Amino acid sequence: MAYQKETPQTAPGTIPAEEPHAGKGAGPLRVLRRNIMLAICLVSLAPLILINGILIYYYHVAYSEKVTAHLEELVIRQKQAIDEFLDKSVQVIGFIAEATPLDQLADDHSLSDILHKTQKSFANFIVDIGVIDQDGLQIAYAGPFHLLKAEYASAAWFKAARERQTYVSDVFSGIRGIPHFIVTALRKDKEQTRIVRATVDFALFNQLVSRLRVGRTGMAFIVNRQGELQTDRTVDSEIVTSVLNSIRTAKFDGQDHMDFEAPDPDGREFLYLAATLKNGDWILVFRQAKSDAFEHLYNARRLAVTILILGGLGIVTTGFLVTRRMVARVNLAEKDQEIMEKQIVESGKLAAIGELAAGIAHEINNPVAIMMEEAGWVEDLLHEKELDPVKDAPVVEDIRKALKGIAIQGRRCKEITQKLLSFARRTDSRVKKVQLNELIEEVTSLAIQKAQYANISIRLDLDQDLPEVCVSPTEMQQVMLNIINNAIDAKSKNEGIIVVTTHRDDQFVVIDVSDNGQGIPPANLERIFEPFYTTKPVGKGTGLGLSICYGLVKKMGGDITVESEVGVGTTFHVSVPLEIPCEDGPGNISRPRQ
Amino acid sequence: MHIAKVLLVDDEAAFLDVMNRRLEMRELSVRTALSGQECLKALKEDPAIDVVILDVKMPGMDGIETLREVKKEFPLVEVVMLTGHATVETAIEGMKYGAFDYLMKPCNIEQLIEKVAEAKAKKAKHEEKITEAQLKEIMGRMA
Ligand SMILES: [Mg+2]
Repeated sequence: MAYQKETPQTAPGTIPAEEPHAGKGAGPLRVLRRNIMLAICLVSLAPLILINGILIYYYHVAYSEKVTAHLEELVIRQKQAIDEFLDKSVQVIGFIAEATPLDQLADDHSLSDILHKTQKSFANFIVDIGVIDQDGLQIAYAGPFHLLKAEYASAAWFKAARERQTYVSDVFSGIRGIPHFIVTALRKDKEQTRIVRATVDFALFNQLVSRLRVGRTGMAFIVNRQGELQTDRTVDSEIVTSVLNSIRTAKFDGQDHMDFEAPDPDGREFLYLAATLKNGDWILVFRQAKSDAFEHLYNARRLAVTILILGGLGIVTTGFLVTRRMVARVNLAEKDQEIMEKQIVESGKLAAIGELAAGIAHEINNPVAIMMEEAGWVEDLLHEKELDPVKDAPVVEDIRKALKGIAIQGRRCKEITQKLLSFARRTDSRVKKVQLNELIEEVTSLAIQKAQYANISIRLDLDQDLPEVCVSPTEMQQVMLNIINNAIDAKSKNEGIIVVTTHRDDQFVVIDVSDNGQGIPPANLERIFEPFYTTKPVGKGTGLGLSICYGLVKKMGGDITVESEVGVGTTFHVSVPLEIPCEDGPGNISRPRQ
Repeated sequence: MHIAKVLLVDDEAAFLDVMNRRLEMRELSVRTALSGQECLKALKEDPAIDVVILDVKMPGMDGIETLREVKKEFPLVEVVMLTGHATVETAIEGMKYGAFDYLMKPCNIEQLIEKVAEAKAKKAKHEEKITEAQLKEIMGRMA
């Protein structure tokens, strides 16, 4: 048949619904896919990343400033508290040194009295009081330790205290072996010089500093310029050294406080705030791990980045899926177009063949007519001539037989050309009123020869009351011929028989074409109307025949279905609707009758 | 006595030849023409022609055209169309233009003779009526 020709075909079972790898169409499609993908990602991801980045940056700046400012305030307040504390200590001792008569200063009892009064009234942080003469000998003492007659001449603080009106020492262990610091005041009277020395409650003082706790890691300590801790040993000396170095390089620059960042030996970044104390002798250092100080910031940032990544993944995934679907659709559309083009080519081919057949049929008709007339002429002659009934009779009889033979064969020729003409004359899709029974008879008479070669007989079981339908006779012929040809190709082991029946079913005329061939396996059955699907060997079928039929019947508003059982046979049901009206009037039907 | 005088028109000489022989054998007087033009010329030359047997499909001036010319110029002459299958519609169309009948090629010779005879009879009757009318007219004038 016209639509089972040379087109190279996809091997059976390899119809890729979307094939990204094979064929020349894959290249442009891949480019298309990549471009769409890129566009989607760029357009949606870029602003997302940008907004995220900008927000994170500004939030970071603002938040760190806020946190630092807050800590700074805390530290400064603490520094003022500590300074006040020290000032108060100095003032108290200075007052005692100034206001106490010298003899009382030399007397343990009165000193003890003074100590109690002082502790009770306003300076509970004074632990003990001692009076030392200019040679460093403690001449009087009041307090919990037994330090009378202690010799301080060689103590570092003593030398410093001797030179100043008031003095606050660094923390040291001293004679009692407990870290503490002392406050001294000088009392000069004539040639006598007395130094009043008081020990400050170290625990109390420590509390002032240790009170400053923020978060999990925020804490404070005090160091002197030599890097000696002035508070409880809660910090590594290594850290202290590095902090001092940082402070030295950063400088206070005329201010009494500063902030900087430095890593711990273990690599953790710490935020530092430093403030000078005691006129710059001591430094109050506050430190907090950045991860702690900026915890909320970091959490927010982590959240933002997580959302960004998830969103990005979502966008990329969606982009990928959308792109894939789009490309698949484009691919499908291209396939459809290919099929349509093929159909156009096929119908064009059919039309061309039709024209050719019509031409040939007509040309042959004339010589056949002449031949038959000539035969008739010979017959005439035999009639005319007076023949010897005895001598010529057998010859004449033979000639008459031969002439009859010529007449029979001539009529055959006539029939053949007639069929060819009626099949080929109209290859258009104009809708006409068609009696499908006649059409089926016509088509089967064309297929009968092929069937006979295959040892298959065709039986028609047509409903004589079948109403006419409005279809394109050409298309209907094409559909029927295709289905019948398929049935012939189904090849049964035994004698094949194809039964074509027609009947009316409600609003449809139904044509059933059954064969007793090998049948179609269920897996193939689903795909039988798919374009390019064929089980015929390569080169024998395009796999288009049935799909074209399907398209044609669907266009008519009808349907083709198929039932099959392997080894038993296959039945195609073609239904054509009755209610479709003919576009042109019924006067237009002029199918030659034989 | 001839049944009728026919003019056989076909573009195939062989067809004309054999038909000529067969028809003459059946007591028809036959003239042939290979084209529409020749047909018209022959009719002009020979007013005795009763029936034209006309092939529908001819190159140049085709059957329908020839028929219309014939009917225009020689309205009394009857035309029987001969046609292949492809041109049945054309033959039907021809009958609308005044052809007497049509036959399919290859045709049965007896059928053809019959049709020719019918056509000739129709023509004769027609002519008779005309003669009668003319006679009446002359008689009326005389009265
Ligand atoms: Mg011709």
